[in-house]
Amino acid sequence: MTTGSTSATTPEAVIRRAASLRDTLSRGFRDEAVRSLYAEASRIADRATVRDGARLDIDQRIDALVTSPILGLPIMALLLAIVFWLTVAGANVPSAMLAEGLFWIEGLGVRMFEAIGLPWWITGFVWNGVYRGLAWVVSVMLPPMAIFFPMFTILEDLGYLPRVAFNLDFLFRRAGAHGKQALSMAMGFGCNAAGVIATRVIDSPRERLVAILTNNFVPCNGRYPTLIMLATIFVGAAFPPAFASFAAAGAVMAVVLIGVGVTLVVSWALSRTILKGEASAFTLELPPYRRPGILRIIYTSLIDRTLFVLWRAMLTAAPAGAVIWILANVHVGGASIAQHTADALGPLGHAIGLDGAVLLAYIIAIPANEIVVPTLMMIYLGTGMMTDVTSFEDLRRVLVDENGWTMLTAVNLMLFSLLHNPCATTILTIYKETLSARWATIGALMPLGLAFIVTFLVATIWRLVA
Amino acid sequence: MSTHDCDTCVFHAELERMGVSTDRFDRVVALAGNPNTGKSTLFNSLTGLKQHTGNWPGKTVSRAEGGFEFNKVRYKIVDLPGTYSLLSASHDEQVARDFLLFGRPDVTIVVTDATSLERNLNLVLQVLEITDRVVVAVNLMDEARRKGITVDLRSLARDLGVPAVGIVARTGEGVRDLLAQVDALSSGEAVTAPLRIRGTGEFQRAVDELVPLIEAAAPGVPNARWIAIRLLDGDAEVETALASGRLAQLTAEQQQAAQGFSRKIALDGAQ
Repeated sequence: MTTGSTSATTPEAVIRRAASLRDTLSRGFRDEAVRSLYAEASRIADRATVRDGARLDIDQRIDALVTSPILGLPIMALLLAIVFWLTVAGANVPSAMLAEGLFWIEGLGVRMFEAIGLPWWITGFVWNGVYRGLAWVVSVMLPPMAIFFPMFTILEDLGYLPRVAFNLDFLFRRAGAHGKQALSMAMGFGCNAAGVIATRVIDSPRERLVAILTNNFVPCNGRYPTLIMLATIFVGAAFPPAFASFAAAGAVMAVVLIGVGVTLVVSWALSRTILKGEASAFTLELPPYRRPGILRIIYTSLIDRTLFVLWRAMLTAAPAGAVIWILANVHVGGASIAQHTADALGPLGHAIGLDGAVLLAYIIAIPANEIVVPTLMMIYLGTGMMTDVTSFEDLRRVLVDENGWTMLTAVNLMLFSLLHNPCATTILTIYKETLSARWATIGALMPLGLAFIVTFLVATIWRLVA
Repeated sequence: MSTHDCDTCVFHAELERMGVSTDRFDRVVALAGNPNTGKSTLFNSLTGLKQHTGNWPGKTVSRAEGGFEFNKVRYKIVDLPGTYSLLSASHDEQVARDFLLFGRPDVTIVVTDATSLERNLNLVLQVLEITDRVVVAVNLMDEARRKGITVDLRSLARDLGVPAVGIVARTGEGVRDLLAQVDALSSGEAVTAPLRIRGTGEFQRAVDELVPLIEAAAPGVPNARWIAIRLLDGDAEVETALASGRLAQLTAEQQQAAQGFSRKIALDGAQ
């Protein structure tokens, strides 16, 4: 007796006893238990719930429309187009006003510094370098983000994102990827680093890696200002003023659709090469539509997203502004360092339809994509006259008249911006999520290589045809 | 008097939101529930934190922690990932299950969706197998009203054997009642008689035989009953955990983790 009870208290003995007890039980006893659990849940729920059968379930009617095989995708595209159009049309004027105000302050600051007799290089470094970088970022980025993010948050709170995943599932499945990749892709529209984290909803490691590596192919908000600016200056301006904003929104929309297309193609290629495998099945719950909370939307979109991103951009823009001012104002052998570097990068830039200054701007902007355009403008302007650029008209003049931009430059810059390597934060996030330097490297170099190949092909064909 | 009878007012003097600033607390509350039932919304309204919420399942991927004070008692609240059950091996279910089993929360709030109670109750019943200090928060009462669904909370509470409170986490409606129940349960003032799915008689006898053996083999292990069920079920993971002594270690670890407030987890979870 005594020995029996002692031996029964070792873990192994307990497990053995459990196994022998299991054999005495009738087969399928646990299934029975789970079944009775579900039956009990159903019984309790029935008793506690009274449904007013007369009311129509409006959710189901909406879902029948927005997830319908025929209308689902067009409705999605239309919603996206509306969001872009409101962003493009709404951001223009406040951007110009902000720029005017902030550059007026710059002029004031410069005069003040000069009045108290500070040397030119302090004035230049502080006001034309650091301050100008900040002013650019604020005026170019703040208005589009303040419009785009609340709209995106409304769609998210409403419960539309799972419907997007539902609509796109068949495409991702055909690409060998997971249907929930549509969710992480949608988050990528806000921020690619957030999109990479959102891939956690995907259980299969293979499909999750596919989602992580391709997240960069949808433009994050840091890249919208570049796209919107180029679309407005080059595409919008080619149309009568009444249609300009529609044309610009259409161009941004086209870039986004190309991005989704590239996501699918690269997912497909990855699923057939280094990440071989089939798409796994999953169930996706379509949550009920909910009225978005206004305060929460304002908080999430303005504090969490807009100001967070803006703050990050300012943190990188200030040092970038300083670096550029130095590069543009330290002269070696008759030309500035910026000029030398841009010249050295010139041939490569030309081959892909851009120029050396653009490549230099992208190198300086590796920490954050947001500052590509401001950096570029500072390279262009910093080397020549200190022109105030306060409107898209001025921008156009600087780019086209003074620096020889063409439609090819604009198209390829949009493509390059869409495809090139993710920002440093996203690369770091990829590393944290995969715990692998190898995948982080692939996540950075694969898009960059693709960007060079695509823009090179476009430039070559364009020049052959034109 | 009646002017302060504000049912929907979360900012009532009794509740103080402490965000992540708390480092000492008296009791631990766990938030469990199906995905997309508003756990994070409730978490935010209690703690004043701004953990990101969104209307899609899977938003909360790891557990987040925060603090609040109610009736002069300091609570730590742990927001667990949303799960449909506790039986599978997926990462989020494991996080939720391990915490309920070994973190030994003083009270577990299971947040349910008033508009699809049946599916939500499956999880409630599974949680009741692990712990008896449970309050069922029937959230989204407003949405249920909109859809013409009425939930009889008294019938629900009677059948489950634990308190059931109707709330609207977004507006704060009913949250005070919920906290009052949490207070009563965690102070030991109220006791519950949770519904346990018994299964067949022979199954029940087998469980009853194993429970004392498990308690003897792994002293201090909570929820021996649940482990007995898993062993009878042939759960290889629980078997290994028991044999290797990891079960005891896991218990100690989770308790330690529950003691030291982890700001890092709170912040990691806050994205």
